[in-house]
Parts: sequence; structure tokens; C-alpha cells
Amino acid sequence: MKRYRVCVLGGGPAGLAAAASAADENASVLIVEREKKLGGILKQCIHDGFGLIHFKERLTGPEYAERYIKDMIQKDVDYITSSFVTDVKKLSDGGFELELQTQEGMEKVESDTIVLACGCRERTSRQVFVHGDRPAGIYTAGTAQYFVNIMGYMPTKKCVIIGSGDIGMIMARRLTLEGAQVEGVYEIKDAPAGLDRNVAQCLDDYNIPLHLSTTVTQVFGNKRVEAVEVCQVDKKFNPIKETARIIECDSLILSVGLLPENEIADKLGIEIDNATKGPLVDQTFMTNVPGVFSCGNALHVNDLVDYVSENASLTGKYAAIYQPSNRTLVKINYSNKDFLYVVPQYYDSSKGGELNLYFRAQKEVRNHKVAFLINDEVELDKTYKRMLPSEMEAVKIKTEKTVEHAALRMGGPQK
Amino acid sequence: MTKEMTCIVCPNGCLMRVEQNGDDIQVFDALCKRGLEFAKNELINPTRSITSTVATAFPDYPLLSVKTDGELPKDKIFQAMELINKIVVKDRIKVGDVILSDVFGTNIVATSDMTLNAGEKRVDN
Repeated sequence: MKRYRVCVLGGGPAGLAAAASAADENASVLIVEREKKLGGILKQCIHDGFGLIHFKERLTGPEYAERYIKDMIQKDVDYITSSFVTDVKKLSDGGFELELQTQEGMEKVESDTIVLACGCRERTSRQVFVHGDRPAGIYTAGTAQYFVNIMGYMPTKKCVIIGSGDIGMIMARRLTLEGAQVEGVYEIKDAPAGLDRNVAQCLDDYNIPLHLSTTVTQVFGNKRVEAVEVCQVDKKFNPIKETARIIECDSLILSVGLLPENEIADKLGIEIDNATKGPLVDQTFMTNVPGVFSCGNALHVNDLVDYVSENASLTGKYAAIYQPSNRTLVKINYSNKDFLYVVPQYYDSSKGGELNLYFRAQKEVRNHKVAFLINDEVELDKTYKRMLPSEMEAVKIKTEKTVEHAALRMGGPQK
Repeated sequence: MTKEMTCIVCPNGCLMRVEQNGDDIQVFDALCKRGLEFAKNELINPTRSITSTVATAFPDYPLLSVKTDGELPKDKIFQAMELINKIVVKDRIKVGDVILSDVFGTNIVATSDMTLNAGEKRVDN
């Protein structure tokens, strides 16, 4: 049985970057990818805007993915596509045995370390509460995107989009360009979920209305969606019945958020952060199970692929150089009144080294100061012009100190 | 005249205040100078790049993703889409290859490499 140094689960942007950086550390690497081709969701994200940070260029999803694939192929990384992991066992030597379902049948490989780079999944109609029928014509935005961009099928002539996530807005533009009518985007909250620039370039440019504090309350249709009911909501998200109106359409497209995919993590007994829905990790992005690492959207849902690559690249390196040792995990404290989440959640002070910290504000704030404290002393502080829950912030903290306490704090508005 | 405008040049998406008095355009609240350039263009001659797909003659690769290699006038987008939707690619195209030239001042280029083998199995024993 072949034994690898690093086995990367997932061949999307996170897996590709993790594999490449692990290979740079002279590790033997295997990528296991569920789909026929490497590249992950980027294959169907044909719109541009990727790579502005990493490549200083505005690339489309396929261009971004293929740069990493070409780089990885040169690095002599092994990969298996159309395959997935069905079981993982811990070995007595600290490594892992992975059972794979491949095109040839069941196979087993061993690996010293595992990088979970399985990305995230879309929330489906089962996770949002819309009453009524369940006819054909209810798609997640990603499914609609797969139909249009990979298969070349138009899933709708006239649709309503529920939720204002980025993929939903991008699909609103895409479907409009291909001749469909997007009646409107309905967002239950009082602010768009996706980036402001996507509201501008995907909705405003094509006169697609964005209805805030409004949601879809019912679906009608026998075999196929025939209409939906939309309703404004009050501050507690309760529908205001007098505002209900019926919209005839053939499809309802859901863009209601993403959840990290951690089915394999469950099998390994990995602890999940309730705030991110991804594993709890230390500054090397290692989970509570020694030798198992997590990166990219499986760790927490990122808003830019550039951040995914950067984080995965660090993780791949850490997985390649990992040596078992005792851990002294210090929790990175924060108030959930100020922050939606903070990743990593722990700092292993026996390992030391730099800390790449990602966080999101709980609500929109302007001119607020954020400070990182080690042993109650300010290690870094920075004033942010504007912070939004939809926009991830990242800081790098370098310290020589033996960390006993660590905390991220938000100060009040600055003058 | 004062208006608010979201810059779409990068993911920062600065919400800018734009003041226009005849030819004089001033931009406030942009994090970088690309905001000024964007705002000026937006008021005088708004342009956009577009991305789409074209059909191919290959059953294993039915659609090829494409983009304009520059920006075209915003009001020509749907005319450009009509041209894009008539294309059928009959060769194995590489990323960056021009598929249709001079579409309202831009070219339609491939954003994916049909010769790249990004699948199946590659394990060295």
C-alpha cells in the first residue's frame, strides 16, 4: 500500500494550493477529488474578479484554477479524480489509512497527515423555511450555474431569486445575459448578503430589483414551479401579511448561504466551531486530531478565492512539516457582540510561530479599532474605515512571546 | 451634481461620493485612485467586460468559457452576447486564444484550456 506524507481531500482551489505548497516542502502528496476534473467550483465560476490579490490580475474562475493545476502538475503531485474517501482510520504509528472509492473500485492508501480541503456546500430549500409545494424548478444558485455554464442548459425563462449571496447575484446577471427574466432578488435581511460591487455590477447594471427585508413565503406549482409568494418582513423576520404578493415564474433560485463540508471530519472526531461550522484549529490550521488539518472553505466560508489559496498554501506547508508533539492550546478570546467569528480559534504556544488571523465583524461598523492582545499587552492594533460581516479581514501577528492569553478586541469608534 | 457610486474595480467595492460640475469630476471616499478613473468612465462612457460560454464540437467538452479581453460599451453587451451565442468552436482551444475578434472593440478569448488534462488518475507507483 502506498504511503504518502500528505493526503489532500478535495481538488478545488484549497486542495490545489495545499498540495503545491506541501510538495514544495518535498512531501509526497496525493489529492483525492470527487469530480471528473480538478478545479472545484471554479470550473463553473466563469465570471471574472478572481486573483486580484494573488496574481494582481482579474481572472475568471477557470483561468485561476488552471494556473494552479498547471503548477501542481509540474510539481509531481499525485491525484485521483472521480474518487472519494469512504472511511478513515487512525493507525498506531500516528498516520492514517484512507479507504477510497475510485473508478476501479475500492482502494486503500496511507498518509502521515490529512488536509481537509472539501470546500463548502450550498444551503438548500430544506434549510430555509418556505411553505407550499415542492415542484421541479427549485434550484440552488450553484446548480443553476452548473446547468448554464457547464452543461449549457437554461434552467429557467423567468425566475425569482431568494437570498442575496454573491452566487445568486452573479447568476442573476448570467441568466439575464442568456435571455432569462430575473424578476427580482429577495433578501430577508435589511442589507445585501454579498459584496456591494456585485449589487452594482450584477443587479443595478441590468435593472434587476433587490428587495430588502422581503422574502419568499410560499411556492406554488404542481409539476413545475408556477408562482411564488413574496412578503415583506418585520424586524424579527416575521412576514407582514398585508404586503404579500404573488409572482408568476417557472423557477425559484436559492442563494441563502454556504456551509463548510465536514462529513469526513465527523468520522475522525473533529470538533466543529459553532460560529464557523468548520473545525476548531490552531495557528498551523491543525484540528483537535493531531495530523489532520483544515483549510479553505471547509475551515470557514471565505469571500475571495485568493484568501482560500493563501490559507491553503500555509496549511499544506504545515501539514508537510508536521511532527507530533505535546500541544499547549491557548484559546483566542473574542466577544461575539463584536465578531461573528475568529479563525484560528487556538494558538498552540508550544509550537509558537506566526499567527494568520481571519475574522469578521458581527455588524457593520465604521472607523473602529481592532486590537490583538497577547498576555494582556497590545501586540497589534489597526483602525478599520469600514467593517462588514460579509467582508473577511485578515491580520498577521508575529510574536516571540510565550503566549498564555490571547484575545481579539474591538474598540469603540475612533475620531 | 452629487451621486453615490459603488466602484466595481476590485472586491473592496468602495462606496464613493462623486461630484460632477460640467467637466470637473471629483471623487471622495475611494480607497485608491482607480476609483476616480472608474467614476469618470462611468459618467462619460460606461464600459464593462463580459464573460460567457460558447458551444464546441466536442462531446467531452461541450462548453468553453470565454471573456472579452477588454471592455466594451455597456449598451452593446446584449449585441455582443448575440454574437457569442452563434459561435461553435471546432478546434481544441487553449486559454487566451482569440475565438472572435473585433467585437465592439474587444476580442472574445478562451478562459479555459481544452488541452489541459485535469482529470482521471495520475499516481506514480
